[in-house]
Amino acid sequence: MNCNDRDFLGLTPADKMALSRRTFLKGSAGGIGLAALGSVLGSAAFAAAPGAAPHFQPKAKRIIYLFQSGAPSQLDLFDPKPAMAAMRGKDLPESIRKGQRLTTMTSGQKNFPVAPTIFNFKQHGQSGAWFSELMPHMASKADEWCVVRSMFTEAINHDPAITFMQTGSQLAGRPSIGAWASYGLGSENKDLPAYVVLSSFGSGRPDDQPLYDRLWGAGFLPTKHQGVKLRNKGERVLYLKDPEGMSREVRRESLDELAALNQRRHDVLGDPEIQTRIAQYEMAFRMQTSVPDLLDLSKEPQHVLDLYGPDVKRPGSYASNCLLARRLCERDVRFVQLFHMGWDHHGGLPKAIKGQCNDTDHATAGLLTDLKQRGLLDDTLIVWGGEFGRTIYSQGSLTETNYGRDHHPRCFTVLMAGAGVKKGTTYGETDDFSYNIVKDGVHVHDLNATILHLMGVEHTRLTYRYQGRDFRLTDIHGEVVKKLLA
Amino acid sequence: MRLSRLSLTAACLLGTLSAAERVQFNRDIRPIFSDTCFACHGPDESKNKGKLRLDTLEAARKGGKSGDPAIVPGKPEQSAVMKRLLTTDPDDHMPPAEFHKVLTAAQVDTVRRWIAEGAEYQGHWAFQEPRKAAVPPIPAGGNAIDGWLGRTLAEKGLAPNPEADRATLLRRAALDLTGLPPSEDDQKAFLADNSPDAWSRALDRLLASPHFGEQMAVQWLDFARYADSNGFQSDTTRTMWPWRDWVIRAYNENKPFDQFTIEQLAGDLLPNPLESQVVATGFNRNHRLNGEGGRIVEEWFVESVIDRLETTGSTWMALTLNCCRCHDHKYDPISQKEFYQLFAYFNSNEESGVLGDFGGAASTRKGGNTPPLLLLADADARQKIAAADAALAEAQAALKNAGPVDARAQVAWEARLLSALAGKAVSWSPLSVRTATSAGGATLTRQPDGSYLAGGKNPANDTYAVNAALPAGKLTGLLLEAFPDASLPGGSLGRFTNGNFVLSDVTVTLVSPDGQRQVLPIADAQADFEQPGYPIKSLVDEAAPAGKGKKATPKTKAGPGWAIAGNVDANKVPRKALFVLPPTTVAAGSTLTVELHQKAIGGHNIGRFRLSTSDQPRAALDLKESPATATLRVLLMKEPSTRTAADRKELARLFLESPDHPRQALQARVNAAMKAKQDASMSGLEVMVMKERATPKDAFVLNRGEYDKPGAKVERKLPAVLPPLPAGEPNNRLGFARWLVNGKHPLTGRVWVNRAWERLFGTGLVKTSENFGSQAEWPSHPELLDWLAVDFVERKWDMKGMLKFIMMSRAYRQSAAVTADKLEKDPENRLISRGPRFRLSAETIRDQALATSGLLIPKIGGPSVKPYMPEAVWDETSVYGDMRNYKADTGEGLYRRSLYTIWKRTAAPPSMLLFDSATREVCTVKRSRSNTPLQALSLLNEVTYIEAARKLAEATLRQPGDLDRRLAWAFRRVTCRELQADEAKVLRAGLEKRLTAFRADLPAAQKLLATGRSPAPSDVDAAELAAWTVTANILLNLDETITRE
Repeated sequence: MNCNDRDFLGLTPADKMALSRRTFLKGSAGGIGLAALGSVLGSAAFAAAPGAAPHFQPKAKRIIYLFQSGAPSQLDLFDPKPAMAAMRGKDLPESIRKGQRLTTMTSGQKNFPVAPTIFNFKQHGQSGAWFSELMPHMASKADEWCVVRSMFTEAINHDPAITFMQTGSQLAGRPSIGAWASYGLGSENKDLPAYVVLSSFGSGRPDDQPLYDRLWGAGFLPTKHQGVKLRNKGERVLYLKDPEGMSREVRRESLDELAALNQRRHDVLGDPEIQTRIAQYEMAFRMQTSVPDLLDLSKEPQHVLDLYGPDVKRPGSYASNCLLARRLCERDVRFVQLFHMGWDHHGGLPKAIKGQCNDTDHATAGLLTDLKQRGLLDDTLIVWGGEFGRTIYSQGSLTETNYGRDHHPRCFTVLMAGAGVKKGTTYGETDDFSYNIVKDGVHVHDLNATILHLMGVEHTRLTYRYQGRDFRLTDIHGEVVKKLLA
Repeated sequence: MRLSRLSLTAACLLGTLSAAERVQFNRDIRPIFSDTCFACHGPDESKNKGKLRLDTLEAARKGGKSGDPAIVPGKPEQSAVMKRLLTTDPDDHMPPAEFHKVLTAAQVDTVRRWIAEGAEYQGHWAFQEPRKAAVPPIPAGGNAIDGWLGRTLAEKGLAPNPEADRATLLRRAALDLTGLPPSEDDQKAFLADNSPDAWSRALDRLLASPHFGEQMAVQWLDFARYADSNGFQSDTTRTMWPWRDWVIRAYNENKPFDQFTIEQLAGDLLPNPLESQVVATGFNRNHRLNGEGGRIVEEWFVESVIDRLETTGSTWMALTLNCCRCHDHKYDPISQKEFYQLFAYFNSNEESGVLGDFGGAASTRKGGNTPPLLLLADADARQKIAAADAALAEAQAALKNAGPVDARAQVAWEARLLSALAGKAVSWSPLSVRTATSAGGATLTRQPDGSYLAGGKNPANDTYAVNAALPAGKLTGLLLEAFPDASLPGGSLGRFTNGNFVLSDVTVTLVSPDGQRQVLPIADAQADFEQPGYPIKSLVDEAAPAGKGKKATPKTKAGPGWAIAGNVDANKVPRKALFVLPPTTVAAGSTLTVELHQKAIGGHNIGRFRLSTSDQPRAALDLKESPATATLRVLLMKEPSTRTAADRKELARLFLESPDHPRQALQARVNAAMKAKQDASMSGLEVMVMKERATPKDAFVLNRGEYDKPGAKVERKLPAVLPPLPAGEPNNRLGFARWLVNGKHPLTGRVWVNRAWERLFGTGLVKTSENFGSQAEWPSHPELLDWLAVDFVERKWDMKGMLKFIMMSRAYRQSAAVTADKLEKDPENRLISRGPRFRLSAETIRDQALATSGLLIPKIGGPSVKPYMPEAVWDETSVYGDMRNYKADTGEGLYRRSLYTIWKRTAAPPSMLLFDSATREVCTVKRSRSNTPLQALSLLNEVTYIEAARKLAEATLRQPGDLDRRLAWAFRRVTCRELQADEAKVLRAGLEKRLTAFRADLPAAQKLLATGRSPAPSDVDAAELAAWTVTANILLNLDETITRE
C-alpha cells in the first residue's frame, strides 16, 4: 500500500489534485465559500486511500493504551508464586538464572535472595483470575480482563525497552505504534488528530521514569502522524489559545482575510498545497473550540467522576487522564495513549507500589465501567502494561517488610480488555520464580501484531518505504496471538 | 554503465514504457526484482529460497534446486521466472501470496520483454563510476542542466515556464542560500541592475553572505545528529557548539567538499592537525551516549560505534548499512562480514561508548562531555585563565604567609565559645580503631581527624567492619559521621557516581575479654538529614534485646536504608546518624565491632566516615552536638593552667579549623580563586573529538548483531562492491575518508549533488535521496545526475560553485505557476516543468519572521540560546538530568537564528518539531514536509510570531505615507512582491474594521501589545498598533510567506 502522502486530514495527492482542479476551474476571485471547501475536505477526510488499512473489518475502532512506565512488578500484582514463600531469602538457583544477563545495578550482588511478595493474592470473578490485594478495583473487573502473564522483551534498560514497546526497535528513529495507526487508518474525527497522548507523574516514585518525544514520535513517517500531547503542565495543547487581547471575532475575521489572500494566490499559481493550507487553518480554528470542549470536565456528573476515584479532580493525574481518554474515545479519536510514570522500584518496593496502585487501580477500573455503560467497550481496545518485568530476587537487602526488584526482561504481565479480546482469560505461564516463561510466550512484536490485528490491520502489510526498506512496526517478526482473541 | 545509450524518457516516472523502447535492467527490471524477488532470491544467501538467486545472470541461468534455468535469455517461454509469474496455481505462483507483493500485468510484461530482448543485466547504476555524456542542445540563456531537462520536457510535450519576476527570484535565492529574506538594499540593487550578469552577481552576493554558512549548516546538523544534550533517559547537557560553529565557518569559507569530509571523519589523523581539524571530528561524537543506571558498557559501546558507521554511510553514501548488522544485506551486495570490517574503522576511538564515570568528567545525571576531549581556548579565554592563575597564586601565598598561630585571636575565640558552650552535657568519644576493613575489597585509609576514607575498588554492595578497643564503663549510643571528600564523586559523601550512599544495616557487636559476644540491637536512630524514602528509622531493629552472639531478628524496616541525596550540591556537607543502643556495661578489655552494611543499591557505599560512642543516658542522646564540639567544651571548661600540652595543642588545632581563625578567610579566598580558575577554564571549552587508540581495538562479526555474541575476528576492509582502497593509503579512518572523496567513488559525488538539487528543487533527481542502494528510485534524469556529479569533482568539490551553477540554470529561474495541464502531466514537478515551490523549513519560517520584523539578532555562532518555549517544556515528562526548569533568555537569546536554539533531544523545541525538523536522536538525511493544523496554531498564536507581528506593525507605522502605502510596504517586506489591488482591498477592509474594534476596547489592544519581552512603543496609538499587529499576523501566516516560490 502506499498512502505515504496522506495528510493530516487523510487527503492523498490524488484527493488534493481533484480538489484543486475543482476550485481551480471555478477560479473564484478574492474569496471562497469556506463552508463549501469544508464540505469537500470533510468528506475526503473519511475516504480511505486505495489500498489503505483497514485490511479487514476491525474489532476495535479505537484503542486506549494505558502505559505503565518504569515496569510494574508482575510478582506483586498479577503473577502469584506461592512456592516462593518457602524460598524466602535463599539464593536464586543458577538452574533458573542460567547465566542470563543482569543490569549492572545488581550484577555485582554477592547473592540474589528470593523475595516473595508480601501482598496477598486472591482469585476473582467467574474466571478466577488472580490479582493481588493492591489492585482491588481492577480485580473487580476480573471477567473483563485478558491477563497475559507471558510477555517478554529483549531490552534490559528503560530507555531501549520502552522504545522497543512503542516502536519495535530499541534504538531511536522508528515510528511509534500510534503513529503507525494514524498513518494506516487516518483520523475519524475532523476536529481532532488521530493519535493523542497524555502523561502523568506517579506518586510511588515521583522522580522516575522520564518519557521522551520519540515514544509518540512519527520516526520516518510524515510528521503529521506524531502523537499530539495533551500536556500535564502549562498549556494543554500547545499554541491553542489566541493571544491575550484577541477576541474570537477578530480571530475569525483575520482567518477569513487570510483565506481570501491564500485563495487569491492559489488562483494565480494553482498549487494544490495552498488549498490544503486553507483547510488546515480552518481545522486549527475548529480545534480551538473542540479541544477546550474536550477538556472541560465540569459537566461530568458526580456519579461518573466517582467511577474514577478522588484523583480525577486533579488535572494531569492518571485518573483525570483516564476520564479524558473516555471523552477522546467518544469523539472517535483512534489512538489514545496514557503514560503513567513511577513504576521503577529498585528499592522500597512495597511502599512505592502501593502509591502507584493508588494512582491507577481505581481509575483504570472506572474507565472500563464507564466505557462499558456507554457501549464503548465493545469497540474500544484497552491495554495495560509496562516495558518489562521485575526480578524475583531482591535488589539490595531483603527484610520482612521491604525489598526492591531489578529490571527483568524475560517475563512480565500485560492486561488487555475490550474490543475483540478474550475476556476473563489468563494466558501464558511462568516458572515458579516468575523468571522464565514455561508456556505460551508473547514477544513484544506479537503483542503489537495483535493490537494492530484488532484494529483491522495486518501487521505485515502496514509498511512504509524508507531508506530502501519496507519498514513495519513489527520489523520482520511478530505473530498475532489468536488465543487472546474472542 | 551505458547511460549514454539510455533513452531519456521519463517513462519510469509515469510507470509506462513505450513499445518501441528497449527494456533496461537498471531502470525497468531492478526495481521490480529488488522489491518483489530479492528478499528470497537476492544477495543474502542465508535467506535464499530454493537455492535460487536472481541478482546475477549466471545464477539465474543456473536456476535453483529444481535445476530449471530461471532465466533463458531470449526465451521467456522457457524461463522458469515467467512460468512462476504467470501460473494460477497458488502453490507455484511468485511472489508467494503471504508477502503481499503483487506484480502488475505491465510489470510482468516488462520482465517478459526484457528476457525476450536478451536478459541483459547491469550492475546497480549507483555503484558504477559516473561519466559525463554529451550534453543535448542547450536552449538560449540556459546551461547544461537545461539541455538535459529540455529534452525530457519536449518528449512530454511540455515547455518550461518563463522566468519568475525578479523580486520572487531574489527571495527564492536568498531563502535557499541564506535562510533569510533579501534585505531591502539587496532588493533595490537587484531590481535596478539591468546588466546581463545581474543574476550572477546577486548569487555571488548571497553566497558571500555570512548567513550562507548558517543556512547550509542546518541540514548538516541533522545528518550529524548534533544536539546540546546526551540523549537517552537522563538526557543531560553536553557542549558541542564549537563543532557547530566549525561547520558554519567551513561552509562560509567554501571549504571544498573533499576537505570538509576528510577533516570531519579523520582530522585527528592528519599529520600535525590544526586545532580546527580536530574539532571537525566532533561530527562522529555527536551521537547519543547512554547514561542510564544499570547499562552494560559493552552493549552501548557497540551501539555507539554502529551509530557512527550508519551515520557515515547515510551521510556520504546514502547507503543503509545497518541492514547488514544482523545479516547479509537483502538488496545490496554488502555482507554482514563487510559491515563489521567497516565497523573496524570506527571502533578504535579512545572512548568508553557510554556516558558516565568511565574516565570522564561527565556524570549520568549532571551531564558534561565524555572523552576524548580537546581543550579549546581563544585569546580571550587564555587571558582569563592566566588572570585566574595569578589570583590563585597570590591567594595561596597569602595563606602560606599567615601562620597557624594567632594567640590574641585564640583567646577571644575561647572566651566567646566558653560562654556559649557552658552547661551542655553530651559527649562523644571517637573509637580507638584497631582495624577497619572492607568486605568487598575497597581500601579504608585513616585520616588525620580519625575518619576513614574509602578508596580503590567500589564494590557493588560493601560492608565495612570497624574493630576498636572500648574503655570500661557504659555504652549507650553510637554516632556515625559521614564527610564529603574531594576524592569522592562530585566531592560528595558517597562512592556511587552520583555521590550518594545507602546504608542498609548496622550491626554492633560487643566482645568481652572472656570472648563473650553480644550483638546490640539498634533501639532507635536519628539523623540530621535523610533523603525522602530512605529514612534513618529503617535501620531500627524491632526485636527485644538480643540473645547472645546472635543478631536480633527479625527487623522491621521502614525503607531500604538511610541515604543522603548526595547527588544534590547543597547536600555535600557532613551528615550524622545516631544509633541508640540498649545501655550496656562494658568490662575493661572489651572490643567493639561495628559493621556498616550497604546492600540496598549497588555501589552506594559510604565514602568517608567516623564512629564514636557515648555513655550518656538515652534521654541525653541527640544530634545537637558533634564530638568536636564536645571535645572543645571539655577543653574550654578546664582551667587554662590545668591544660596539658596535648590539650593546648588540640585547642590550637580546633581554633585553626574554626571559621574564626584569620586563616580561614584566606582559605576562602583561595577556594574562590580556584573556582574562578575553573570557570575560566570552562570558557576555554572542552569539546568531544575523535582520538585513535595507539593499537586498534579488535573487531568481530557480531552474530545477530548482538554485542555479547562475537563471531569471527575481522580486519578493516572496504566492501567489495565499491572501489578498493588505493595503494599507499593508510587502512584507517583517514584512508577511508580520502577514499570517499578521491573522485573515483561512485556514490559520494552523486549523493551530494543530488542533495543540492533536493535543496533547490524540493525533490532530488533521485527522489530517494536517503538511499542510493538497489532499492533507490531510478533517477528522473540519470545523465544529468552523473554529469553534475562528475562536474562537481572537476570543480575540485567547490560547493558554492556547484550551487551557483544549478541556480544559473533557466530551470531554477522559472516561475512556479502551474497549469492544469502541467499538474496532470507533471504532478510532482519531477520533470521541472515549472519553478520549485515548497514550504520553508522550521528554522527558516521563524528566522524570516524575526528578520522581517527587525527582531533578529544576526550574530553568528557561540553557545546555544534559549528563546521562548512553552511552560514546562523540559519538565512535563521528566524530572531527570540537568536540563530542567527551562527559562527563556531575557536578552538577545530570544531573537537569534533558530539553529542556535538549545536542543534537548528527548524534548526538542516543539514548534520546530511541528514543522518537521529532525529530532536529532539519530542521523536524519531527509525531513518530511507536512501541512497541519498544529502548524497553523503555532504561527497564529506562538509568542514569537505575535511579537514579530507587533514589531512589524510598529515598523510599518513608522513608514511615511497613508494607510495604503503602509500596507504595501508591510506586504512587500514580508513577501518581497508588490501588493495587488484586490489583495489590498481585503487587507484594508479588515484593518479598518479592527481599528474600530480596538478603539472601542483599548484594554484588549493593550493586552495584545504586551505579548513578548520587547517593549511596546509609547509614542504609537495602542489601538492602531494592535489593529496593525493583527494584519501583520495575517501576513506572517500567508501560505506565500512560509513558502519559497
